[in-house]
Amino acid sequence: MSTSNPSPNDRRQHYLNAAYGLRSWLLTVDHKRIALLYLGSITFFFFIGGSFAVMIRMNLLTPDGSFLQAETYNKFFTMHGLVMIFFFLIPSIPAVLGNFLIPMMVGAKDLAFPRLNLLSWYLYIIGGVMALSAAALGGVDTGWTFYTPYSSTYSNGNVVIMGVGAFVAGFSSILTGLNFIVTIHKMRCPGLTWFRLPLFVWAMYATSVIQILGTPVIAITLLLLAAERIFHVGIFDPRIGGDPVLFQHFFWFYSHPAVYIMILPAMGVISELVATFSRKRIFGYNLVAFSSVAIAMLSFLVWGHHLFVSGQSIYAGLVFSVLSFMVAIPSAIKVFNWTATFYRGSISYDTPMMYCFGFIGLFTMGGVTGLLLASLAVDVHLHDTYFVIAHFHYIMVGGAVMGYLGGMHFWWPKITGRMYPEIWARFAAVIIFVGFNLTFFPQFMLGYLGMPRRYHAYPAEFQVLNVMSTAGASILGLGYLIPMIYFIWSMRYGKPAPPNPWGATGLEWRTPSPPPTENFEEIPVVTEEAYDFEALARRDAAALRNEGELQNG
Amino acid sequence: MSEPTHHEKSHGSQHIVPLKVYFAVFAALMVLTATTVCVAYVNLDWLNLPVALAIAITKATLVILFFMHVKYSGHMVKVYVVAGVLFLIIMIGITLSDYMTRGWISVPRGWQ
Amino acid sequence: MADHAAAAHAHTPGLRHHFVDMDQQRESARLGMWLFLLTEIMFFGGLFTGYAIYRFSYPEAWRLASHHLDVALGAINTGVLILSSLTMALAVRSAATGKKQLLILFLIATLVFGLVFLGIKAKEYHDKFEHHLIPGTTFEAEGPWAHQEMLFYCFYFAMTGMHALHMIIGMVGLLILIRMSMNNKFSPEYHPHIELFGLYWHFVDIVWIFLFPLLYLIGRHAA
Repeated sequence: MSTSNPSPNDRRQHYLNAAYGLRSWLLTVDHKRIALLYLGSITFFFFIGGSFAVMIRMNLLTPDGSFLQAETYNKFFTMHGLVMIFFFLIPSIPAVLGNFLIPMMVGAKDLAFPRLNLLSWYLYIIGGVMALSAAALGGVDTGWTFYTPYSSTYSNGNVVIMGVGAFVAGFSSILTGLNFIVTIHKMRCPGLTWFRLPLFVWAMYATSVIQILGTPVIAITLLLLAAERIFHVGIFDPRIGGDPVLFQHFFWFYSHPAVYIMILPAMGVISELVATFSRKRIFGYNLVAFSSVAIAMLSFLVWGHHLFVSGQSIYAGLVFSVLSFMVAIPSAIKVFNWTATFYRGSISYDTPMMYCFGFIGLFTMGGVTGLLLASLAVDVHLHDTYFVIAHFHYIMVGGAVMGYLGGMHFWWPKITGRMYPEIWARFAAVIIFVGFNLTFFPQFMLGYLGMPRRYHAYPAEFQVLNVMSTAGASILGLGYLIPMIYFIWSMRYGKPAPPNPWGATGLEWRTPSPPPTENFEEIPVVTEEAYDFEALARRDAAALRNEGELQNG
Repeated sequence: MSEPTHHEKSHGSQHIVPLKVYFAVFAALMVLTATTVCVAYVNLDWLNLPVALAIAITKATLVILFFMHVKYSGHMVKVYVVAGVLFLIIMIGITLSDYMTRGWISVPRGWQ
Repeated sequence: MADHAAAAHAHTPGLRHHFVDMDQQRESARLGMWLFLLTEIMFFGGLFTGYAIYRFSYPEAWRLASHHLDVALGAINTGVLILSSLTMALAVRSAATGKKQLLILFLIATLVFGLVFLGIKAKEYHDKFEHHLIPGTTFEAEGPWAHQEMLFYCFYFAMTGMHALHMIIGMVGLLILIRMSMNNKFSPEYHPHIELFGLYWHFVDIVWIFLFPLLYLIGRHAA
């Protein structure tokens, strides 16, 4: 089945041509169509958030920061963070690739709760509209962290709109996670045991657990913040004995695990890419699978490393520091197992693999600098400097966005039924890698030299590094535009994609590209381990033989 | 973790709990409510809070096991109920540990 | 396989297209509801954490402020809510045994007990208003812990308010269920709405089981 080649003018029914018109999209309960709704909306928010970043980098070209006023600058970096985190990174891989792939990877017709899935998208849109209206009404200037008492007492009232927007978007994230967990538990096709699942599914499972357990805490926190703002009295108010540091505890109880909501799915994508383009089973499958779960669990024990200089007790600082180091263990297990998979693999350098290499390098840089920040004493020096900015951009942009783009290229033929232009794609991958490093590596140096974050002006001696960073940002921005253009181009003009263009294992490659509405012509039965490329070769050979016999006989 | 896929008949249809179980649980909950009120008026020094919490936890456990049928549910439900409680304890416990230890190590004089 | 599934779909009312059979659908719905309750635990958990921090920080203020609450009303409300939990459990049982009249009766009873609870709660809120115990500029308390007592009342209103909101949502759910039961929407084989709503209702009960001693019964022996 995996070798049958559809001719370009094949009029086969699939999920894209099953129905037409706006209604068929806005009221769809097909997980694949909902994934495309998300794809459109998160791309929109990515470019909104990106344009805020452009303004920030423009302003930092000159030491006096004359491009923007200080207040405007504060609003731009706040909106950049909020839009990118809540409306791009958190939904990116889960809501687009997860939505599209999880039912297919487990051999199901849809997610367990299709209508809930559509509701999640609408909640996301409502949250997004609120965020944009907060921006249009004058913006929020608290930083994406909403720290009290500034947010609750002194800043402008848009904090409430923005907070409720993030609250609503949070429910979208919760419901998506809930849907995934139930689907992975209850909808697996016959023969698909836990240890035959693709590692992407394991990663998404771990992510969903974080979404379920962490997001409600930010929900109640933002609600309490909004109440404090509206009623002028609340539980974080120091005037009545409230403790603003408690807000930071609550905020980071969610927001630190949220970092893993962003990176774990990317790790799942990378596991798929490493196996497929090395044509080898992942080295230490079980360890990679369990390390996802371990990261999810540990992520809830480390939030206090954001509070090292906030007045938290020194004892708590020590404990959080030690626990933070422990996250390095499962993360390193993953990196070592990926690189061990490369060993004696037959590696091909298709575009997804280039993003994969980019991810592994950049994530390692981000992770190792994270260890510096987790050290209590070092963090006192580096806290709230550009070192932190560079660190988390290496994780979120170098890690999560690279993983997302790698995954988009990998599954694009499956999603649209069309190939993208390979030359352009490799070119863009290189541009993005170069632009990224030029943007953020100088920020490590700036931070180490002591440039604080969130200031619109800086001493003149930092200018060279800042100009490098801004130059890198323009290259990076260009790098993001190229895939945007050729993806859209390929939807019409791209070469039609066969069911399994990469020779990958996994159930999603056993169905035509693009898949039919209910994913499979008949419910598949799994008889082999994950990433069993020999079984795939045997099946392909058998299919070829069958075809030959049919033609001859 | 390796439960059979798709066909899990064991817990499919609803378990019918005998009526007397429900009434016994109800009676126990009422008695425990009365107890917690009475105990609150007795001076147990620092033990008042632990006792009140222990009674509340007992009541909650009864509701979860019998009214919510967890006793008769599959192991996944049990795992998730325990996980929920565990993460609640982590959140309360670790946050509280910060506040309880704020006085343990004083900040060096030069910083104040 | 496909034939079997198609046959099952044709003969089973309420089975949605993407499930293989009723068992799978039921188990999925159940797990989904439990996961939702997990998020509820963490949602209320934030409030409970804040409560724990401040009770630890200001034990005296908590004791003084708690004494303005009416233990009798709180205890009665606890009983009412437990009673409503019993009737809800019996409603689920009646649905599973196919006793339609009893099902409707128990759902109505649950609704009535829920209303009684909210009525008593409203009376308590009204008393707090009369006694100037609403946090804000009109809050009146004396002594060295006056400010922190206001903090207690922030928690009191946030926690009981959030609980009451869940009760109100539950009332709406009950009305819908009663209507559906009257329209013969349920059978002993198919009544997921009743069962899952029951879980929700019991969860709301459990929250109150903790709220009652934590808010009303602080240091009563020292009054």
